[in-house]
Amino acid sequence: MEHKSKYPVSHVVGFLFSLVLTFVAVFVALKMNVSYTIVMWIIGSLAVLQAGLQLFMFMHVTEGEDGKTNVINMAYAAFVAIVIVAGSIWVLTSGHAAH
Amino acid sequence: MGIKWNEIFVGGDPLLVGSQIAIVLTVVAIVVGLTYFKKWGWLWREWLTTVDHKKIGIMYILSGVLMFFRGGMDGLLMKAQTARPEMNFLDAQHYNEIFTTHGVIMILFMAMPFLIGLMNVVVPLQIGARDVAFPQLNALSFWLFFSGAMLFNISFVVGGSPDAGWTSYFPLAGKEFSPGIGNNYYAIALQIAGLGTLMTGINFIVTILKMRAPGMTLMKMPMFTWTTFITSIIIVAAFPIFTVALALMTFDRLYGTHFFTLSSGGSDMLWANLFWLWGHPEVYIVILPAFGIFSEVIATFSRKTLFGYTSMVVSIVGIAFLSMIVWVHHFYTMDAGPAVNSFFSITTMLIAVPTGVKIFNWLFTMRKGRIQFTTAMLWALAFVPNFVIGGVTGVMLAMAAADFQYHNTLFLVAHFHYVLIPGVVFAVFAGLYYWWPKMFGFMLNEKLGKYHFWLFTIGFNVTFMPMFFLGLKGAVRRAYTYSAESGFAPLFLVSAIGSIILAIGFAVFCYNIYWSFRYAKRNVFHDPWDARTLEWMTASPVQFYNFAVVPEVKQLDAFWHMKKRGETLTLKESDIKKIHMPSNSGLPFYMAVVFGITGFFLVFEAHIAAAVAAIGIVVGLIIRSFDYNDGYYVSVDEIKETERTWRNVEGGTENHVG
Ligand code: HEM
Ligand SMILES: [Cu+2]
Repeated sequence: MEHKSKYPVSHVVGFLFSLVLTFVAVFVALKMNVSYTIVMWIIGSLAVLQAGLQLFMFMHVTEGEDGKTNVINMAYAAFVAIVIVAGSIWVLTSGHAAH
Repeated sequence: MGIKWNEIFVGGDPLLVGSQIAIVLTVVAIVVGLTYFKKWGWLWREWLTTVDHKKIGIMYILSGVLMFFRGGMDGLLMKAQTARPEMNFLDAQHYNEIFTTHGVIMILFMAMPFLIGLMNVVVPLQIGARDVAFPQLNALSFWLFFSGAMLFNISFVVGGSPDAGWTSYFPLAGKEFSPGIGNNYYAIALQIAGLGTLMTGINFIVTILKMRAPGMTLMKMPMFTWTTFITSIIIVAAFPIFTVALALMTFDRLYGTHFFTLSSGGSDMLWANLFWLWGHPEVYIVILPAFGIFSEVIATFSRKTLFGYTSMVVSIVGIAFLSMIVWVHHFYTMDAGPAVNSFFSITTMLIAVPTGVKIFNWLFTMRKGRIQFTTAMLWALAFVPNFVIGGVTGVMLAMAAADFQYHNTLFLVAHFHYVLIPGVVFAVFAGLYYWWPKMFGFMLNEKLGKYHFWLFTIGFNVTFMPMFFLGLKGAVRRAYTYSAESGFAPLFLVSAIGSIILAIGFAVFCYNIYWSFRYAKRNVFHDPWDARTLEWMTASPVQFYNFAVVPEVKQLDAFWHMKKRGETLTLKESDIKKIHMPSNSGLPFYMAVVFGITGFFLVFEAHIAAAVAAIGIVVGLIIRSFDYNDGYYVSVDEIKETERTWRNVEGGTENHVG
């Protein structure tokens, strides 16, 4: 095996951007004086943005030769993410649990 | 650093002092033994630094045996305490600690390593690979798991055990109600072990997708490989949830955040929700590989191809989806309303369908087969009816309305033991008897195996069957005692007697390992069971490079058909090429040590010490990043030499298919 010691630019950039996005979220949640709903929307969008960023910068979605596996993987990941987020919100905001 | 040394060593209780002394003596004995027999170098070279999937698998299995012993002791202590009404053997606090450590250890440190151990040993061989995709990562997985397990295990003598149940529900598990450090062990030890498991999941997905022998398409993979594959996917989907939940728990307990607390806007039910979002898939993580083991064992000893292979694959893939959407059945009584409860009732009943499909597949595989009643096969046979009892009572519990009655009783406890013991423990035993010759080059004694089998299955039923009825009569779980007037006494006593039979069964198993190591015939045939899959094509025990020449696969049950065609072991020496193998590394072991130390300081909330120790982790990561060791080559001569030793063994080149 050969190892071209190329500098991992995309990883470093991705890492810095992730940090920035995280700190922006912290700032929005703790320091900004807007309503709860707006905060939720902003940090939710930042989270989705960061997930997308990491997919490209760390996970090399564009580089794989095996397209089908990639699609199945991402579909399943999306399914799991939706189940976790939407499912938890649904469960925790209905019935007695809501009060 | 804020450590109060007098808090660290739990004293007073004779049981605990006894264990402390026993632990110290064992450690001293091991150290003296290793030094006396000059085995330190051997230990380091052959085991602690190994990246060989077979050795890593064996270390996982060894840990599983040890942890089964520990968890089983906990189980026996509980059974002793409840054998008679109003016993004073364990007090309430001690009972709480014991059912907590029992549950955690049995699931995470017994079932998981046993299964991951078998996966490690068998899967690369079954797909004709030389190792897993990332051998050093695999070693790191093991060592992180081991580090977490040890950290968790010292809790009962160092600082006090967690005592909020294996589910560690908030608010009880929070700082307000459990101010001691016991529950920190839960949060931190499970985190470290969980990291290891997550990496195992990734490793096996890549291994199975990328490293199959030429010709082995997905639909020609052995069933155990399939179940390992789907299990790995569920691990990657579900473990991060637990990672996050544990991290939030750690923040709550150590740094005063309010994710799960009652005050300041926390939500205690969020913990239960996240826990079971991981916890239910976890049940399938332990059950699917077990199903794979039964599939291999049943096909081999019925001497037939697995019935309904495609439907089997479809049903495990179905489980990968359904297992993610049933979690609320663990807390119907939280009462998230009729819509939520109905939805999860239906999904839970649905998931019984693919499981039922499998049961029928196994039955039809056996139908008209020439069944051989080996010990491994006995476990598989006993699994079917016992697991069905667990499954049927599970469907009873799935009905949300009925669950309000069963919830929190011993009925539930009996149910999940009927799923986990036949489903996982029987499978592990079947797998061990079946693959033992592959791992060690000698068989476990079949006669002792049968004693083990009968004692264990009978003991198991006598222990847990009464618990269904106790539960229906209203005996609650996690209660350390009951009154004489309750009328529970006779059934509890029967159950306690059963647990002794169970324990004797396990003792026979341990004796069997010892006996076979000393006396069993060496040099067994490489294919002693006349089996069907590729792992039986190579030597027993397997040479470190697995296959001299990677086999070419033409259909399902590849090895069986090769034997039929008579092309088994005719190896043309000109086909042998040099083999590339990964080098050993001490880094995974080092990481386990620094993770363990960091974890230990965190448990005791010694933040500065923990931060200093954590530098060690970062150093390890940096060393790894600059590690350019690409492994080494095994020369053709060495391969020829090794192959000649076993291919001449009795009947070496014969074909054994009738
Ligand atoms: C070997 C024989 C075993 C015995 C005698 C045994 C006994 C018990 C007992 C008495 C309890 C507590 C009942 C109560 O709530 O008061 C319990 C709980 C539990 N057991 Fe076992 N058990 C055994 C094996 C296993 C195995 C193999 C597993 C899992 C793979 C397991 C998993 C659990 C879990 C998760 C709990 C719940 C702990 C909690 O309430 O937090 N057990 N067991
Ligand atoms: Cu469940």
